[in-house]
Amino acid sequence: MRLILELALIHIAGRGRQTMVAILGVALGVGFSIAMAALMQGTEKDFIAQLVDTMPHVQISDERRTPRRQPAEDLFSAVQFEGLRPKEDRRGILNPAAATAALQAWVPGRMAQSLRTQGVVRYAGRDVGVSIIGIEPETEATVSSVAGDFVQGSFASLQAGGNNIVVGDTLAQRLGASMGTTIQLVSPTGQSRGFKIVGQFHTGNNARDEGETYVLLKNAQILSERPNAINDIRLRLDDPEAAPRVARQVEAELGYKAVPWQEANESLLEALVVRNVVMYTVVGAILLVAGFGIYNIISTITHEKARDIAILKSLGFTQGNMRRLFLIEGLALGMAGSAVGWVIGFLLCFALSQVEFKLSGAAVGRELTHLPLFWSPWHYAIASGFALVSAGVAGYLPARQAARLNPVDIIRGAT
Amino acid sequence: MSALIEADHLTRVLPAIVPVTLVRDVSLSVGEREFVAITGPSGSGKSSLLYLLGLLDRPTGGTLRIGGRDTSQLDDAALAQLRLESLGFVFQFHFLLPEFSVLKNVELPMRKAGRLSASEMRERAAGLLEDLGLAGHLDKTPDQLSGGQRQRVAVARALANDPHVVLADEPTGSLDSKSSEQVFAILRDLVKKRGKTVVAVTHDMEIAARADRRVHLVDGKVVSDERVAQATV
Repeated sequence: MRLILELALIHIAGRGRQTMVAILGVALGVGFSIAMAALMQGTEKDFIAQLVDTMPHVQISDERRTPRRQPAEDLFSAVQFEGLRPKEDRRGILNPAAATAALQAWVPGRMAQSLRTQGVVRYAGRDVGVSIIGIEPETEATVSSVAGDFVQGSFASLQAGGNNIVVGDTLAQRLGASMGTTIQLVSPTGQSRGFKIVGQFHTGNNARDEGETYVLLKNAQILSERPNAINDIRLRLDDPEAAPRVARQVEAELGYKAVPWQEANESLLEALVVRNVVMYTVVGAILLVAGFGIYNIISTITHEKARDIAILKSLGFTQGNMRRLFLIEGLALGMAGSAVGWVIGFLLCFALSQVEFKLSGAAVGRELTHLPLFWSPWHYAIASGFALVSAGVAGYLPARQAARLNPVDIIRGAT
Repeated sequence: MSALIEADHLTRVLPAIVPVTLVRDVSLSVGEREFVAITGPSGSGKSSLLYLLGLLDRPTGGTLRIGGRDTSQLDDAALAQLRLESLGFVFQFHFLLPEFSVLKNVELPMRKAGRLSASEMRERAAGLLEDLGLAGHLDKTPDQLSGGQRQRVAVARALANDPHVVLADEPTGSLDSKSSEQVFAILRDLVKKRGKTVVAVTHDMEIAARADRRVHLVDGKVVSDERVAQATV
């Protein structure tokens, strides 16, 4: 109703400074929450991108989700075992050639197979426990993030004749070894062989830089005395979000445990959810406080304009009209506040995106030079939504009071 | 003469620890083209009676018919609609909206009713104001006018939706004698020329003496209800 809108605007305009403060209160709330949401989601996306980058999207290992069924369990309906010692199986993924061929047929992405075992590096009288990963250099380079982290050499250097090894730079430093040094690798089966360092990588992740060594798949199979065995297939998908679906299908087909990156990092992703809850709580609190500003101004107006309310009611305005009038005033402040808040939020985001900094130290894998910000219309919509709800409530409470005013009391009081 | 306002044993008790009776068992019938003055000492309940007749307050006992309609069963919205269409108010204080121009103040009830177009409303409001001698003041705000002028604007506003009845609560109470005379003359003309019914609460005996009918209240009760000969005007 135009008349009510007009009255509402006149009331608001009549309290210039207070209106400004109320609008600014909402605007700052909206602005900061937009900037905060952009920063929060930006860092979250950045973090996940790093995760997705450095981890295989799906890792298939030679384990199974459930213990193997015993033959007796298939024969009898009720069986109880005690002190059973499982038969020693040949470990590793059975028939790897068939398995990889089956996967190759439908998995949207690239894959690499490897044999992962534990061992000890021995050099200059020092023993360091490491993971020995046997790989095929060409496929590994397409799947692993390490391929991009080489300081010297590359995966391809492994193929250059003789027994070669690629190690993390921290491990090399600890051993006092450098390129070309031959180190001794001892496997759990007792096999020992000399390997020449042909490459060094630096991922920024200490555990990897210090504990991972790469050799040719064949060498790893010889060291662990498991010819033709692999125990690890890693997938790098075109769409990382499809990982859980692909993992489920792989598990159904092969029977081996396939872990998508989301599952492997569940606790980290949960922490992100907690972070978002914290953020929206803080944003809600800010806007609640802004709501008090609106409540304050509307209830001042209803007191100041008591005579107007009385005369409007005597002229034939209903309680509902009066309620709507002051509710509209509250919402108008909320809307003006969110409009200004959008501008503030946008400017804040822009200012934050201009901040440049350098994280020093070689330990940082990726150089972070700008704050990661993520722009989304949802941030604007959600902040405004919060602001409007709080403005609506803040306007409704005094509006209800004003609507209930008895004109007779005011007219009497004025006389 | 058909009754525009028909009060039957109207009673208003203010609930309190010791209840106060504002209006006691008043029966009153007001017809068309009447100028009724309600008089009485202060605290006699004359204003309270007017608020009851004007549907601003609800009686605690008795019934009130406006234009033949029983008002006791009507809800807030229906009462507001009835006020809007059938009643006009003039109070002791003008109660004009300070932010609106004189013209817009008079247009306000019409806009609420929403029957006329913008230009029709403007024309009618300007006509009313000109009739009341305010032709040159249409675009002024109320605080630029004198007390008597403001009260005349309030009368124009009361007439905006062409109601049958104008209720006035001490309309001259805060005016000097010259302005009082003007406003009284206007109210008088409403009855004579426009055929309205005016019910005015006043303690000014001079004005009361010139009304068609005088209702005298004491302690919320009607003690006399007399018609005066027309010759006095």
